[in-house]
Amino acid sequence: MQYKSQAVATPYFIAAIGLFAGQILFGIVLGLQYVLGDFLFPAIPFNIARMVHTNLLIVWLLFGFMGAAYYMIPEESETELFSPKLAIALFWIFLVAGALTIVGYLAVPYATLAQLTGNDLLATMGREFLEQPLPTKLGIVVVALAFLFNITMTVLKGRKTSISIVMLLGLWGLAVFFLFSFYNPANIVLDKFFWWWVVHLWVEGVWELILGAMLSFVLIKVTGVDREVIEKWLYVIVTMTLISGIIGTGHHFYWIGAPEYWQWWGSIFSALEPIPFFALTVFAFNMVNRRRREHPNKAAVLWALGTGVMSFLGAGVWGFLHTLAPVNYYTHGTQITAAHGHMAFYGAYVMVVLTMISYAMPILRGRAANSNKAQVLEMWSFWLMTVAMVFITLFLTAAGILQVWLQRVSESPLPFMVAQDQISLFYWLREGSGVVFLIGLLCYIASFFVRGEEKTA
Amino acid sequence: MSGAFSKSMARNIFFGGTAFFFFLFLALTFDTIQQYPKRDMRQNITPQVAAGKHIWETRNCVGCHTLMGEGAYFAPELANVVARLGSKEAVKAFIQSRPVEGIPGRRSMPQFNLTEEELDAIAAFLEHVNTINDANWPPNVQG
Repeated sequence: MQYKSQAVATPYFIAAIGLFAGQILFGIVLGLQYVLGDFLFPAIPFNIARMVHTNLLIVWLLFGFMGAAYYMIPEESETELFSPKLAIALFWIFLVAGALTIVGYLAVPYATLAQLTGNDLLATMGREFLEQPLPTKLGIVVVALAFLFNITMTVLKGRKTSISIVMLLGLWGLAVFFLFSFYNPANIVLDKFFWWWVVHLWVEGVWELILGAMLSFVLIKVTGVDREVIEKWLYVIVTMTLISGIIGTGHHFYWIGAPEYWQWWGSIFSALEPIPFFALTVFAFNMVNRRRREHPNKAAVLWALGTGVMSFLGAGVWGFLHTLAPVNYYTHGTQITAAHGHMAFYGAYVMVVLTMISYAMPILRGRAANSNKAQVLEMWSFWLMTVAMVFITLFLTAAGILQVWLQRVSESPLPFMVAQDQISLFYWLREGSGVVFLIGLLCYIASFFVRGEEKTA
Repeated sequence: MSGAFSKSMARNIFFGGTAFFFFLFLALTFDTIQQYPKRDMRQNITPQVAAGKHIWETRNCVGCHTLMGEGAYFAPELANVVARLGSKEAVKAFIQSRPVEGIPGRRSMPQFNLTEEELDAIAAFLEHVNTINDANWPPNVQG
């Protein structure tokens, strides 16, 4: 690596992978609970396992983003990190806070956890993805601000590239929009409206800036294509992202009490949301085709191309599938949503973090790329996880279509649980795909321990 | 991406476009907030309904159920549960009667041991949600 302080990224990446493994284990539990309803009941009810599954995802992606920033920003800014010590301290604070939160979810009833952690002073818990106790939420704010201070100071004292600017905007946006998680009025309609200011403006807004910046950074490194070209693409992509995505928030406002005009705004603008993802795919392939060097890290190139394709399929195509208001009227809150959520998060955010880890980890470990043997195993893990995710998505989509039909469209609509029983075959198939995903993840982790002939950095 | 279109032009369009659409979003938000009193039935949000929302949150109901379609897809939609079960009393009876050890082989709701007061609150909250103008969703009573 070019700057010593980039090394602080290493623990962030290791923690990210560890928490990723935890997330997948709880995913397997959830998938099993869908078909064997009493599995682990009442020790770990579905809602608790789901909270662990989704919160671990968020936390490990945040670890991935922070690690990526610590790796990228010194190199982009051509200077050492402002304070490596602060970065290491924040790592431990965030890891301990995250671990305690998960332990809290599993060890005590959620209502008790809420009582113990001051939820009666300021009620913020019990809303999807924002289940964290108040101290954890405050901790996230403190860690985010200290992290942003560190990164921003580094950029300010060094070279200011477009990649740094987009990355910083994304990370600052992440911190600012998280503040809406503290707003929880007694009026459920207002609560739901501003809940989306965190959730949508994160994943269909500022996180895409982080994604674009991370992918651009890796593409510059592995293809050797001129920075001017790549950064121009980056700006065009993030422009389309925010132009479509900000008003596209409206696709969540159709049925939660907001005025009906959101059905128009939401449908039209979110119909444009696949365009930036398509551009991302074209971008990745174009840059790799125009490469000026053969980077020895083939696995990182594969992950980068995969991010383009899978984010387009998961976020773009599967998002569009149910985003138009007349369609969404029937599909809202069904397994169709779950199908989209899984592939979009995997294709966009999981894969871009793995792209960065794939590129940076070998360098952090003192070599340009891993041995051929290790890379082959990593590429196996890429295909296993990616194909498994495609099948998870297809089975959930099938389940969703049947659910919509049985419960909402047919002449004699069935009650929810009766419809669920009818489609359990597809939940079994999804669970099988989930096990294949886990095998892929184990291959991925194993690839870090495979030795062989390595090229020096 | 020809030479005529430079990086600084792309950057300017990015900042300009983002600012424009963000302000448009703020304007639409402002209008939405103005319209909410006609739609969200806020006049009916009694202390009991607010307490019910607190029960909803601290039992993490959204971890299994959907409410106006948002949440998890493991258990039935609850925005219209009072209509589906027929009365607040039926909702309370259902919550109260969940077996502690679950139902063998089937999905089961945990027994939360709510007090009578808490049961009244959660039922009042769910009844309130059922009256919100949510563009006629869900499509039928099954949710």
